Amino acid sequence: MAEAPATPRSPLAGLAGALAGAQAGGVTLTERPARARLNLRLDPEDEEALAAAAAVLGAALPLAPNTAASAGDRTVLWLGPDEWLVTGPAAEADMLTGALAGRHHAITDVSAMYATLALSGANAREVLMKGCRLDLHPRAFAAGTCVQTALARAQVILHRSGNGQTYEITVRNSFSVYLATWLLDAMAEYRPA
Amino acid sequence: MLWIDCPWCGARPETEYRYGGEAHIARPDPAATDDAGWADYLFMRTNPKGVHAERWMHREGCRRWFNVLRSTVNNEVLAVYPMGAPRPDVPGGEAEGG
Amino acid sequence: MNCRLESGGRIDRTQRLRFAFNGRRYRGFAGDTLASALIANGVHLTSRSFKYHRPRGILTAGAEEPSALVQLGEGARTEPNLRATQVELHDGLVAAGVNAWPSASCDLAAWTGRLAPLFPAGFYYKTFLWPASFWKAVYEPAIRRMAGLGRAPEEPDPDIYDRMNVHCDVLVVGGGPAGLGAALAAGETGARVLLVDEQPALGGALQGLRHRVDGMDGAEWAQAAAARLAAMPEVQVLTRTTLFGYYDHNTLAALERRTDHLGPDAPAHLTRQRLWTVKARRVVLATGAHERPLVFADNDRPGVMLASAAQRYVNHFAALPGRLPVLFTNNDDAYEVAHDIVAAGGKVLAVVDCRPEPAAPLAATLKEAGVALYTGAVIAATHGTRRVQAVTVAALGEDGGLGGGRWRIGCDSVLVSGGWNPAVHLFCQSAGRLTFEEARGIFLPGEATQALEVAGAAAGSFGLAACLADGAAAGARAAHAAGFGDGRAPPAPPSDAPEPGAIAPFWLAPGLKPVGHGKAKHMVDHQDDVTAADIRLAAREGFRSVEHVKRYTTVGMGTDQGKTANVNGLAILADALGKSVPEVGFTTYRPPYTPVTFGALAGRDRGALMDPVRRTAMHEWHEAAGAVFEPVGQWHRPWWYPRRGEDKHAAVARECRAVRAAVGVLDASTLGKIDIRGPDAATLLDRLYTNAFSTLKVGRVRYGLMCGDDGMVFDDGTTARLAEDHYLMTTTTGNAAHVLEWLEEWVQTEWPELRVWCTSVTEQWATLALAGPKARDVLAAVAPGLALDADSFPFMSVREGTVAGVGARVFRISFTGELSFEINVPWHHGRHVWEALMEAGAAHGITPYGTEAMHVLRAERGFIIVGQETDGTTTPQDLGMDWIVSKKKADFLGKRAWIREDNKRADRKQLVGILTDDPKVVLAEGAQLVDRPGRPPVPMIGHVTSSYMSPAVGRSIALALVKGGRARLGEAVHANQAKKFVRCTIAEPVFYDPEGGKRDG
Repeated sequence: MAEAPATPRSPLAGLAGALAGAQAGGVTLTERPARARLNLRLDPEDEEALAAAAAVLGAALPLAPNTAASAGDRTVLWLGPDEWLVTGPAAEADMLTGALAGRHHAITDVSAMYATLALSGANAREVLMKGCRLDLHPRAFAAGTCVQTALARAQVILHRSGNGQTYEITVRNSFSVYLATWLLDAMAEYRPA
Repeated sequence: MLWIDCPWCGARPETEYRYGGEAHIARPDPAATDDAGWADYLFMRTNPKGVHAERWMHREGCRRWFNVLRSTVNNEVLAVYPMGAPRPDVPGGEAEGG
Repeated sequence: MNCRLESGGRIDRTQRLRFAFNGRRYRGFAGDTLASALIANGVHLTSRSFKYHRPRGILTAGAEEPSALVQLGEGARTEPNLRATQVELHDGLVAAGVNAWPSASCDLAAWTGRLAPLFPAGFYYKTFLWPASFWKAVYEPAIRRMAGLGRAPEEPDPDIYDRMNVHCDVLVVGGGPAGLGAALAAGETGARVLLVDEQPALGGALQGLRHRVDGMDGAEWAQAAAARLAAMPEVQVLTRTTLFGYYDHNTLAALERRTDHLGPDAPAHLTRQRLWTVKARRVVLATGAHERPLVFADNDRPGVMLASAAQRYVNHFAALPGRLPVLFTNNDDAYEVAHDIVAAGGKVLAVVDCRPEPAAPLAATLKEAGVALYTGAVIAATHGTRRVQAVTVAALGEDGGLGGGRWRIGCDSVLVSGGWNPAVHLFCQSAGRLTFEEARGIFLPGEATQALEVAGAAAGSFGLAACLADGAAAGARAAHAAGFGDGRAPPAPPSDAPEPGAIAPFWLAPGLKPVGHGKAKHMVDHQDDVTAADIRLAAREGFRSVEHVKRYTTVGMGTDQGKTANVNGLAILADALGKSVPEVGFTTYRPPYTPVTFGALAGRDRGALMDPVRRTAMHEWHEAAGAVFEPVGQWHRPWWYPRRGEDKHAAVARECRAVRAAVGVLDASTLGKIDIRGPDAATLLDRLYTNAFSTLKVGRVRYGLMCGDDGMVFDDGTTARLAEDHYLMTTTTGNAAHVLEWLEEWVQTEWPELRVWCTSVTEQWATLALAGPKARDVLAAVAPGLALDADSFPFMSVREGTVAGVGARVFRISFTGELSFEINVPWHHGRHVWEALMEAGAAHGITPYGTEAMHVLRAERGFIIVGQETDGTTTPQDLGMDWIVSKKKADFLGKRAWIREDNKRADRKQLVGILTDDPKVVLAEGAQLVDRPGRPPVPMIGHVTSSYMSPAVGRSIALALVKGGRARLGEAVHANQAKKFVRCTIAEPVFYDPEGGKRDG
């Protein structure tokens, strides 16, 4: 009988070579390793539920739109007024389910649903401006900003992470090859000849 | 390109949204509605020249539905308000035609 | 003839450039445009006109050029209809005038000009009326060959293009004195400013003038201003960029020409052109003004040029438009042009002023310099063929016609000035209203509907000092409105320019014969060959609306949108109708301001990136297996997997037989999957589906049909109950996003009291449909922990377990009629499980099958596909699916609609099977059905929705929607097939295993 593979197969596995070639110049593109992800829904006015979730996650669920919260290795992205994406080393589904017992909520494992690309470098913002209509100027899109929007022709979660030098682009599996190919194309003018 | 303020996510281009038709059309009680009334609910819309109350949904973002008052003359967005809230009064809010 | 001045100008005389035009070689300098280089070489004839093939030359020095249109480059990189006045010269440039064969100077089609009396206004509407069949076969191809402009390239475009989206607080359009003032004032407040200008360098009109600003040469001042702007961190300047579209909510579009001016030296990694989309808080339109020509007899001969264009060629390019020019004006400002030419060492033969007295202060100076002055006079005729050689000047009479006195003046160019039109194009695009100012005869920006200011000449402030002050004030105002600065304008730099002079609007100079008589043409629209006589004829024929006259005569309908023609045309129309200009009204301008290449509009969205291809976890396996892919929405799904030598038919038949006889596997990952949770999940599903889901037991699955409140089917799929408050819904591939939105719409807008969450998990789960009598054996081999017998794992139930080492949800549902398991595993293990199934099934001859086999298999069983058997007007009853419509539920979406009269008609189209009398004939999907063939009109009674050759049944089968079809089983109908009719019989829409016994294996 077949065994489960040791590591999940990335939807971008076929582009590994192209991505390896995108590590120099004014902008670089890297695939982030697979992470556990949970989609969390709960009523933002349910203080008890918020507190219970925060206790498990180690960080308060961000309530301000277009923001994210981090605690250690775990990140919580705001997706909507009652929706968050929890990313971390392991799915805390059982712990969360236990903590939220009796509260109206939904926890859905979406660990296998997305790929995440990291775009960094001096020209990263300019590359994104080629396909994203939002105002990415630092005055409007500070470090830590996280939005759901369209990049080229794909819906993405765009998170200006860390100190603001990197844009993490989370995209559904089926669009990931298209989006990575589009990004590599848009990056061409900043790459060394 | 219209830019509409999602009540949660802020100003976004119209390409991120789905248009949801005229607002404030509640589903009537089917048992208490005759055929003409049901047809009204399904098909009849005001189509004004002027201020139009309409629904939008932030498809590429938070997926929330909300209401917008928009002038059909110059596409100016006069108000954005949540589902279930009454239509706000805006200057020039009375539309002509139908 | 060398017309280059010995010194002066802002060309780079150290860089000589070679170029070819109309097959001849010339030389120019870096900094030249194609037009200025031609003029410096004494060339005015560039091309032939659109309709009459009249010789045409360079009229302007900018974007408004109507006639000097050229075909640039050769082969795949050729580009038609470019304005020679905007093409920057580079070494090796090759261009030719449009619409001339074999060349502009010897155009064999010029005979059309002699037939001009046959081509009056509305020529197309009047002439090619009969017989109708001649239009496509004869008239249109002939007209297309004779008329028209350049040629489109026939090869794929080798260049790359891209887009950029940018936001700013203040967008300034135009880098002339007003625009520079606005950008400086706004930039100093710290606002994010974007300044866009179409020229290679900033300065705008300053480049054409000799005036001084702030003690410097005007163009030098512009360069200093550019340097100041470059030092401001939040100011961005885009030159060689045309702002061409002003759309809703201060969204604007601009085209940046990044490498066109470099010619063959363009770096390959740079995009050739870039389309900028700008979202601006405030916009300052500093778009300047276009000089308008005067309309007089044969005013379109090469050598006739706008006075301000001549001034620019002399001052900026050091090129004389002619050695012996005559100037024709109705205003004072044009006298400056004559002055500049004389100052540069050129000669001006005469100034012809239609006003009785020249108010121009320069008149005396010019007289002293030997320039003849004719006042109260017009140019009544021009002479020459390929270039003007002489003009006839005549005195104006009291009645507006010609008075006594004729003077023939030999000359080689005519410089004309009819005053200035503010460039209100973008203001019009922004939906602003125009007002008409009688005194200067100009349209001015009136009430704005968007967040904008208009500054400088675009607002009617034609003086240089006024432009500088106006721009600075507008920039400060715009920045303040966007939240920066106090709104107070910084002091404007001083200039030595005089105030704008007097003007007497003058629309149509009489010719030697009445307008429209004789051969002379008073050209209004140089690009479309529309004359004053055409406009007068339209008025005589009863056209009153300016919109109708525009379309009838085609005035202003060229690629230049009548920048030099419209106001003259309007005034001539108003005169013909005996009305004022405002009474006649104005046709608006629309985007684009100047034409935009398709490449720039497409940007990166071309080739493989034109639209996303959505790929499943097994996509690369399918590719390696040689699958032919079918686009389903944005997904690419395996359609069939041809083996060596197989055609579609053979491959599909083999795949179908494998499923019926042994086992096949389908990648069904694209089906939509929605996780629905909450105490009210069951209530929500009961309201959305026609059947009940609250009665579904945990661990069981039910097929459901979803209707709109109009009663029409819009989606179907199976839904499993995973827990009391937890369902998993599947949707059709194409409707996945739409169904989730449908759920959200009802939950958020109509039933907010329902406590339920809906989350898409489509791409969390890869779905592998294992189907066929051997499916159980194959699954057992990779999922030993799962009890698969029919009692432990009955039809329409779900189990969780381990498949090929991976945690899985397995559904026993069937879309083929065979024993079938739909195995759901996390997406990133999909490929692994697929390969494990292939390996485990090898002994049974497991066969991957595509969507075509899936369609055949389901049609054999009579299962519908939403969107194929339904079209938005189909009810469950029409489909014979009353069994899925709940009689018990009080209310659900769709129910109320079915008791409406129209939905109870007996002759509604109903789903039936169709069997051709000849079992080998496969009907075309979409074929129309009639009772019996005959002479038209034959009433249509229905159409074929699905049609296949069925290996299992051994004949062709089809599904169709037929009026009253359920009551007509066994009756004959005829299907239209390739212009013939095929006799068929109406049958039950189930062709295989009607009892459903195969589903348990």
